[in-house]
Amino acid sequence: MNNYFIKKFYYGDIPEENTGGKTEAAKADNAHSWPLWEVFVRSKQGLDHKHVGSLHAADAAMAIENARDVYTRRQEGVSIWVVESKFITASNPEEAGELYEPAIDKVYRHPTFYVLPDEVAHM
Amino acid sequence: MKSSLIDYTLHLADSNLILAQRNAEWCGHGPVLEQDIAITNISLDLLGQSRNFYQYAATLIGHEATEDSLAYLRTEREFKNCLLAEQPNGDWAQTVLRQFFFSAYQSLLYEKLQTGNDEQIAAIAAKALKEVAYHQRWSSEWVIRLGDGTEESHDRMLKAMDELWRYTGELFIAADFELQAGFDVALLKEGWMKKVTSVFEEATLPIPPLGGGGAVFMQTGGKTGVHTEHLGYILTELQYLQRAYPNAQW
Repeated sequence: MNNYFIKKFYYGDIPEENTGGKTEAAKADNAHSWPLWEVFVRSKQGLDHKHVGSLHAADAAMAIENARDVYTRRQEGVSIWVVESKFITASNPEEAGELYEPAIDKVYRHPTFYVLPDEVAHM
Repeated sequence: MKSSLIDYTLHLADSNLILAQRNAEWCGHGPVLEQDIAITNISLDLLGQSRNFYQYAATLIGHEATEDSLAYLRTEREFKNCLLAEQPNGDWAQTVLRQFFFSAYQSLLYEKLQTGNDEQIAAIAAKALKEVAYHQRWSSEWVIRLGDGTEESHDRMLKAMDELWRYTGELFIAADFELQAGFDVALLKEGWMKKVTSVFEEATLPIPPLGGGGAVFMQTGGKTGVHTEHLGYILTELQYLQRAYPNAQW
């Protein structure tokens, strides 16, 4: 573990204790000890939550607030879900062949072989 | 009466502008990206509120006054912001505690103002209340998180309290223009202490007395233009462009 100390001056500093800002000893290796969270945002009532990205936060409450600030500041959402990334189990890309390809030639699974009456709109 | 209303509106505008400027100093320097965005969002909310108040003050003053001239061309002694707003960012603990003290106060203030006599101020306060409610929630959670966090974060909160507590008394001492154009802010003290007490208890922080026996001496003067040494530096930076290049346009 590296113990480099970076002397960091903040914008507008007057380099004395307690004036204008403060010098902070930032450790090079402490960049992120907070866990990663995946963020899902529902853009409108009635729609699904959609994955929008991820962020770091110390706990669930902070993750919601961070998500609010990072992902909904331009009115992108009306509801937020967060889940710690480690709880998501993903399928293995290397198994994509056996998982997904068998579906390719099974077009009969799509409900496209029915004749729809004209009265049924928006299907 | 009109001059107290102008002073009152400027006081409301100035506190927002100066705290917005302080919070904006974190831009690009937040402890993590997510909090950098959070604190600058709050800064922008406060800036928006200050603009509303400056625009109203400008119409009250008339002549050549504009929101820009009020923000950029007045001197320290003309600024009426509370001293709390101009205090340095210090570390993250000091910044979030300053925001918590201010937002807890501002939410009580706006609740009162939204039913006040002046329609314009009432409308601005009503519109800003949701923003302020979020600032209070965000800053409370940080005070709790740091106060009830590690030994170091707890110590930093204690240090931040030492720095800032002495500037909280002023919030509840009404200036003449407040009594004439607004209301007696002393009425907010009890509600504010309740909020601070409940958050501090959760944060395992000691609750200092506000006034009365054993109390810290409270600094005052901001509302009437007598500021701490910090305001001049803030204005130097904030007003530099308009001072150096008068009437420069964006």
